[in-house]
Amino acid sequence: MKRLQYMLTRIVQGLLALMLIATVNFLLIRAAPGDPVSVLAGEAGASDAQFVAQLRKEFGLDQPLSTQLGHYLGHVATLDLGWSYRQQQPVLKLIADRLPATLLLTGSAFALSLLFGVALGAMASRRVGSWLDSAITVVALIFFATPLYWLAMMAVLIFTVQLDWLPGFGFFTVGTSLSGLDRVLDIGKHLILPALTLALFYMAVYARMTRASMLEVAQMDFVKTARAKGVHPGRIQRNHILRNALLPVVTLAGIQAGGMIGGAVLTETVFAWPGIGRLMFDALLQRDYNLLLGCFLVTAAVAVLFNLLTDLVYTLVDPRIEMA
Amino acid sequence: MKRREMIQLGASGLGLSGLGLSLAGIPLSVLAQDRKGGVLNVLVQPEPPGLMLGMVQNGPTQLIAGNIYEGLLRYDDKLNPQPLLASAWTMSKDGLVYTFKLKPGVKWHDGKPFSSADVVFSVDVFLRKTHARLRGNLECLDTVKAIDPLTVEFKLKYPFGPFLGLFETGTMPMVPKHVYEGTDFATNPANATPLGTGPFKFKEWVKGSYIQLVANEAYHTPGQPLLESLYFHVIPDAASRAAAFESGKVDVVPGGAVEFFDVVRLSKLPGVTLTTKGWEFFSPHSWLWLNNRKAPMNNVKFRQAVMFAIDREAMAKIAWQGFAKPATGPFNSHIKYYSDDVAKYPRNLEKAKQLLAESGYKGEPLKLLPLPYGESWQRQAEIVRQNLTQAGIKIELTGTDVAGWNQRLNEWDYDIAFTYVYQYGDPALGVARNYTSSNIAKGSPFNNVEGYSNSRVDALFAAGARATDPESRAKAYLEVQKLLLEEVPVAWLHEINFPTLYRSKVKNPISSGIGLNDSLSRASLT
Repeated sequence: MKRLQYMLTRIVQGLLALMLIATVNFLLIRAAPGDPVSVLAGEAGASDAQFVAQLRKEFGLDQPLSTQLGHYLGHVATLDLGWSYRQQQPVLKLIADRLPATLLLTGSAFALSLLFGVALGAMASRRVGSWLDSAITVVALIFFATPLYWLAMMAVLIFTVQLDWLPGFGFFTVGTSLSGLDRVLDIGKHLILPALTLALFYMAVYARMTRASMLEVAQMDFVKTARAKGVHPGRIQRNHILRNALLPVVTLAGIQAGGMIGGAVLTETVFAWPGIGRLMFDALLQRDYNLLLGCFLVTAAVAVLFNLLTDLVYTLVDPRIEMA
Repeated sequence: MKRREMIQLGASGLGLSGLGLSLAGIPLSVLAQDRKGGVLNVLVQPEPPGLMLGMVQNGPTQLIAGNIYEGLLRYDDKLNPQPLLASAWTMSKDGLVYTFKLKPGVKWHDGKPFSSADVVFSVDVFLRKTHARLRGNLECLDTVKAIDPLTVEFKLKYPFGPFLGLFETGTMPMVPKHVYEGTDFATNPANATPLGTGPFKFKEWVKGSYIQLVANEAYHTPGQPLLESLYFHVIPDAASRAAAFESGKVDVVPGGAVEFFDVVRLSKLPGVTLTTKGWEFFSPHSWLWLNNRKAPMNNVKFRQAVMFAIDREAMAKIAWQGFAKPATGPFNSHIKYYSDDVAKYPRNLEKAKQLLAESGYKGEPLKLLPLPYGESWQRQAEIVRQNLTQAGIKIELTGTDVAGWNQRLNEWDYDIAFTYVYQYGDPALGVARNYTSSNIAKGSPFNNVEGYSNSRVDALFAAGARATDPESRAKAYLEVQKLLLEEVPVAWLHEINFPTLYRSKVKNPISSGIGLNDSLSRASLT
């Protein structure tokens, strides 16, 4: 009962936060110089007052800001994210079309980074000061410090341009009519470079965090007690140290998962991956207001959702944490 | 070749090209060697907002939709009109009536016949509403009438010298009357599946990835198109686009799609061809807007000082990697009535300093707005800042994105700003708008943004536009060029020679002065 009440409270808080986010985003984007009309008119290579006025009317930008905001929030409340005047499609459809590619990329990167990051961190903490620990620490530091853009470009130049091992652009091979397993394998091949590039940074973060956290937990009394009792070292590592060291990792994983929808702009741009990150970036450059606001809102909703899930996972990892 | 002869040759479909005999514009040597079919992969940057050319006229849309839609005419690299949907045309002696004979047997992609009714609907109804650039140029048009299904008559209110220059695909695309008549053009669902008379038909658009066109088997010109399919790939990052060409994913890199320093490197790869042809019609011309409304830019001596201070040669070499040449004035040398018999402004720092002193400039800082189109433009801005600083002008670079750049120029909120503009083959179509008083209006970054006003300049541009005989036009335009070079309303920089890169196995990708925007119907693969 307590859990249900807690959940309901959090959901209501989340919805209120989303409406607030929608309002702030709406006002912020309009504070930026330029609007979709000026971009479209500029791209046409010519424009006149009549053309600009005609577009403004079409886009509803001739209305007072408060009217536009009320109109927008009213639609958002009914899950209507509006119409992209630039792309001539409903915003929800544009986002839904790009969602699978983004989820595939960020989900793969998330799984890879979490799995290998935690494993490497655990390995390093087990043999502190050894060559393995040093190697993992140095490599993690390098990947942590390397700009994602540079790493992505190097991956393309080495594995696509020079070695011709892996495709470096797009989601699948254009111009082929593959189906079934062949299509899955084709998408998988295209996924390797962007997913790895995106995973390396977080892998480094998880490795460093797991190592530090495990070293801290290893000094605690209950671990010493377990050792004194003669518990197998492997079991101590897994059940006593790792499990207790996972809380900060779960927090970070929650943040990473929350940002999965919109957090891969650079990777998607370099690898021409047709996901939401790029959709959002293009919408920003083109001042495609409705599309940009829609992307922001979906991203925020996912972040709110994962925050809630993270809190739930806390209670599973550490039953001493109670919901209040 | 005289126009009448050219028309007859165009109508018969046989002509002489620089390479020898040709059939329908394709050199026979090419037809003999190259196989029909094949897929061509082309870069497009950025992803276009739409492909309905009557609604959207930005560069990426023209590149792709130029294969789907067609105009009545196309233009060779000397900008002479050539037949496309019109097979012949005449002009009355007083220059007020133009009559076009349409090519028989032309069909829209849905199989419906193309006729003079489509021309009248396109020009008089659709494009007048949607095409801002054409609307301005059609002020001279009184009526457009269908005389019979294959004859159209344009009657002008007054003679307009460059009228025959208005009929290329991007300027006056033909749209299907049976699809759009009586509908809301902006929301017509057909905009998502564009339908024209061109050599390629729309097949698929995977947003964020690619656009596919396929050969129109019922195309009105026998033997064309030679290719089976076209893919236009969307790759948003400039370095990735260069890598995509290097890795073989794409075969054609249109001008401006990769940074100029990458062009040089890529052009040296084996099996790669580079050409700067195909931009003659557009004649991209760059300059610095100088806001004539504000001090010190309202002083002609200050503006002349800016001209003397800038090292155009170095900019062409460093920022453009040689793919630009210093502009001598407001007219690009590719367009009609260009003259270099005008005042010259070679780099001369001493002269610049002297003029600055005479202008009364007190060293107040001025904001320079670069064009946010990538690294090459940023480098130019750095060079200009350095050049002007050396002359004693204090410059602050102000960065912005495309939307911000448009907004600032639309609102005249700048001191000095970069731009480049297409000149469309004729001063009346692409030059006058930047200097005449009637074009001073907020809301466009491509009109008289600098706010320069001179009644003599207005009169000369009007005289040049309304005359139909080349001599009268040349006289008016020579005088206006001389006058503008004295008054320096803007600081002219370069004629840009956008380089197109393609694999050498691609033959004939550019076959007119409109370049890749003129369709790839004559392109083939060996």
